Amino acid sequence: MNRDRASRRLPVLLSFLIGLMLTIMPLSGTLEMFRPDWIAMLVIFWAMQLPRTWGIGAAWVIGIILDVSQGTLLGQHALALGCVAFITVRLHLLMRVFPIVQLTATVFPILAIYQFLLFWINGVAGVNAPAMAYWGPVISSTLIWPLVMALLSALRYRVRSGG
Amino acid sequence: MVASRESNGNPGRIPALGARFLGLVFISILLMYFDNRDNHLDAVRTSIGAAVYPVRLIVDAPARIGNWITETTTSRSDLEQELKRLKAERLLTNARLQKLNALEAENARLRAMLDARAQFRDKTRVAEIMSVDANPYDHGLVIDIGSQDGVVDGQALVDADGVVGQVIKAGLLTSQAMLISDTDHALPVEVNRNGLRTIVVGTGTIDSLELPFVVNNADIRVGDLLVTSGLGGTFPAGYPVAIVDSVTRLPYEPYADVTAKPAASLGQVREVLLIYAAASEVQEASDE
Repeated sequence: MNRDRASRRLPVLLSFLIGLMLTIMPLSGTLEMFRPDWIAMLVIFWAMQLPRTWGIGAAWVIGIILDVSQGTLLGQHALALGCVAFITVRLHLLMRVFPIVQLTATVFPILAIYQFLLFWINGVAGVNAPAMAYWGPVISSTLIWPLVMALLSALRYRVRSGG
Repeated sequence: MVASRESNGNPGRIPALGARFLGLVFISILLMYFDNRDNHLDAVRTSIGAAVYPVRLIVDAPARIGNWITETTTSRSDLEQELKRLKAERLLTNARLQKLNALEAENARLRAMLDARAQFRDKTRVAEIMSVDANPYDHGLVIDIGSQDGVVDGQALVDADGVVGQVIKAGLLTSQAMLISDTDHALPVEVNRNGLRTIVVGTGTIDSLELPFVVNNADIRVGDLLVTSGLGGTFPAGYPVAIVDSVTRLPYEPYADVTAKPAASLGQVREVLLIYAAASEVQEASDE
């Protein structure tokens, strides 16, 4: 039973590890502005598919790790990711039956809220932020979402059948 | 209705979701409050940072492997050529060094005569850059040594051409640094030509800095070299920072519009020198 659970969690943890790598990978100036929010997308996907295991608690812990690795305020990404997970878990039944176009249209505002929270906390804490840095990740993440969705769905199928 | 389609037995509603969410929001805000005000949470940060260290290593691996491959597969003729070039360069620098030795001796003599405090050579250490900080709001990087090697907050980073930035958070194994081009970064400098003191501020663009507090009639020209003045206490004096690349004097404004280009190529550095200032040396000595 325990083993079974571990083997179910492994692919999800692996996906987050890869997401973390993609997030801290060095990119050049212009690309940096359009780095997708990999971790936020992963949180949305897993909170939608497995809301009991990968709900807001897990999202919060991942957010803390992200805060440490990016040197932001401790709790900033945690709060934003917790919020993303909350919305997704609330809507997960709807989102699961959405066709991909509609799902992407739902993911867009969630990511916008995520970026807004980060942006807003930065503002309150007195960190200077250029406004164009706000929309870049939201747009790139939304554009890449269908691809991420397809990849993760394949992985998701494996989690279910392999477990 | 939809809930009955659940395959892995999840009921549609997750109990106490709202309460848990509010709890986490509360904890986050508390954490951010304490993290922003003072450094009580540094221990937490350091320990989680150490846990993320392997991930950083993996991310860095492709670049390291690439370097290693290019190094090991360089052809013999290339190596010979480089050797020749380096020998020539060494001859040249040696010649310059001889002159410098004489000058240094002379300088020491003059200083002794003036009864001034002797200027020691700063202790340095090479650090490799592991990653550039992903946060688009600030210009930072992560280096591969931390408090284990005596890195402290506020330590200056330079490369072969000039000042790169300073350490802002020294972790156990890695440290985070802020580039001088960060909008939050300001650095006291002086014009090398005439000793005019001013402050260089980052603009958020990697190849441009600005000098917002230069009065209109100040003697500053395009091409002037700006060096650290050592007044802030963080950076030792005399390191090149930037070269002035435009001066616009507006008659109706109190300050001239001056921009400068960083001497160090901030976007391309892979190794940096950490400067152990005199203060930290004293501290280290007393620790031992």
